[in-house]
Amino acid sequence: MSELKVHGRSTADSDELVPQGANPSVEIAERYPVDDPGVEHEPPRYTDSDEAAGNRVYRRILVLFAMVPVLAIAFVVVYFAVPRNLTIDFLLDSNAQHVLLGVTLGLAILFIGIGAESWARNLMSDTEHTEQRHAIASTEETREEAVEIVQEGIDDSNITRRKLIGGSLLGAIGILVIPALVTLADLGPWPTKSMRAKTIERTIWAEGVRLVNDVTYAPIKPEDLEIGQLVNAQPANLEELEGTEFITEKAKASIIIVRMAPSAIKIPASRQDWQVGGILSYSKICTHVGCPISLWEQQTHHLLCPCHQSTFDLANSGLVVFGPAARSLPQLPITVDSEGYLIARSDFTEPVGPSYFERDSRGFFKEGDN
Amino acid sequence: MKFLSSRRRHRAAKPLLLLAALFLIGAGYSVVAPATQVSADGGTSTQVEEGKDLFAVSCSSCHGLNGEGGSQGPPLAGVGAASVDFQVGTGRMPLAKPGEQAPRKEVIYTDDEITALAAYVSSMGPGPDIPSEAQYDPAGLTAEELARGGELFRTNCSACHNVSGNGGALPEGKYAPALHGVEPVHIYEALRTGPQQMPVFSKNTVTDQDVREMIGYLKSLNSQPEFGGLGLGGVGPVAEGLWTWVVGMGVLVGFALWIASRGARK
Repeated sequence: MSELKVHGRSTADSDELVPQGANPSVEIAERYPVDDPGVEHEPPRYTDSDEAAGNRVYRRILVLFAMVPVLAIAFVVVYFAVPRNLTIDFLLDSNAQHVLLGVTLGLAILFIGIGAESWARNLMSDTEHTEQRHAIASTEETREEAVEIVQEGIDDSNITRRKLIGGSLLGAIGILVIPALVTLADLGPWPTKSMRAKTIERTIWAEGVRLVNDVTYAPIKPEDLEIGQLVNAQPANLEELEGTEFITEKAKASIIIVRMAPSAIKIPASRQDWQVGGILSYSKICTHVGCPISLWEQQTHHLLCPCHQSTFDLANSGLVVFGPAARSLPQLPITVDSEGYLIARSDFTEPVGPSYFERDSRGFFKEGDN
Repeated sequence: MKFLSSRRRHRAAKPLLLLAALFLIGAGYSVVAPATQVSADGGTSTQVEEGKDLFAVSCSSCHGLNGEGGSQGPPLAGVGAASVDFQVGTGRMPLAKPGEQAPRKEVIYTDDEITALAAYVSSMGPGPDIPSEAQYDPAGLTAEELARGGELFRTNCSACHNVSGNGGALPEGKYAPALHGVEPVHIYEALRTGPQQMPVFSKNTVTDQDVREMIGYLKSLNSQPEFGGLGLGGVGPVAEGLWTWVVGMGVLVGFALWIASRGARK
């Protein structure tokens, strides 16, 4: 009982307030060196001293509560009577029905709240009540009794005599973890090296796949593209896919094609044949966390990711010039086919998109590479 | 001479002499100087002539007397009439002051003057023309075409201009402007000419029909009522968060203060 916490003692009642079972007031005085400030008595309210003021508040509360059924009826009327496509043109430019439904129901709830608050504040009893805290722990006897009951249960279960029962029960419950683990582990493909190579580390780009406009799937010729042009493009073979497969592949294969003045671009020796007359194509998926990016400034040649402001220089192999992205933007090697349309020379030479645990980041293009 | 010599120490004598000297030199130069620069355009129509005069007054200080460009402005040969109609027709040019980006502002030229300027600039070299109404007017599009326009808009434009055309920020003080209230012809011209940081979207990849559909989609967005009440500019979580925390929480805090206030007491 020495752990007792006692607060809120009042000087007037200090004798009564010594908690049950606790002791000398000397000890308490040591633990509570600050004098008890006592209860602050509030001054009387207007409504207590003036009967008329009380009546006014009473009537006000009644009016507030009486407005609620009116508003509820108005809500129902608005729901059925106001045409769905009517709009309020003044200031809001909003749908009239939605606004009126919100106003009627909102005011009804607000009036209940204000009325209840006024009632509690002005009309309910105003006397202070003091409630003493007591020790939370049960008495010594109750606790001993509880221990006895538990012990009796253990004895009755015979677990102390037939010891194997307990162990085998725990084992039986424990083994149930295995079915759970197996089913959870099978929620998706296990990301082994070969599985990654088939999924996350490849796209549907391949040698000879045409670059086509997103949405319209129109193939693109180099002469269609002016300097400063940007095209949001997809592989031609995306059009054959459907459903989940379509979305999965589009998420990885999306590219942007840009054309810059050849004199303005820095092309490393290893990528000389990755472009057609200043037309370059890059993955549209940011290497930071995978947002699609096509905020390209045609004068600075910088591509900005709207999510975290990673900036890539498309005139310099997609190197990161700003922001949290760690790897340069993967470039897709392109050329033209016999009919003059832009095609891919191969798939991307590295996995596109954001990092993942098993990704080997050593191969990406860095400043100074050739 | 007595009149002049007696006043040679007058306060106004020095500035007047300086003015007279400048006038003499200027007049002398105009007599002996070679004929002014040979114009490369060779345009003869009065429109080109008129445009040239306007150009000399308002554009040449940055773009050069013949539109050859300089340290302050790019060369204009080959930018086409569409560029001029866009830049001058939206008030971006002439530039009021140098900055990261030319803002849209009040148009100071009449339509005729803009046409004349465009005729002059396009006489410097071929470029995209001012489109005809059939190329950009979104009237008469079906619901399917508008939906397709929305898909094209979200694919090609929304990265910078926001899904509902409210514009957005670019690095270093630049920005993609909001598209509401922009004339369809100016949207068309911006796509074809790629003003400032905006990339070009040429006719062969984004056809005239595609552009009409996108403009139609934008216009249909403008005419839609805000079903939830205040749209807060449709710019996404920043505006909504600001509203929630400042206005919404502010009202709640106000109620809390009112509930705890001592207004009922003497």
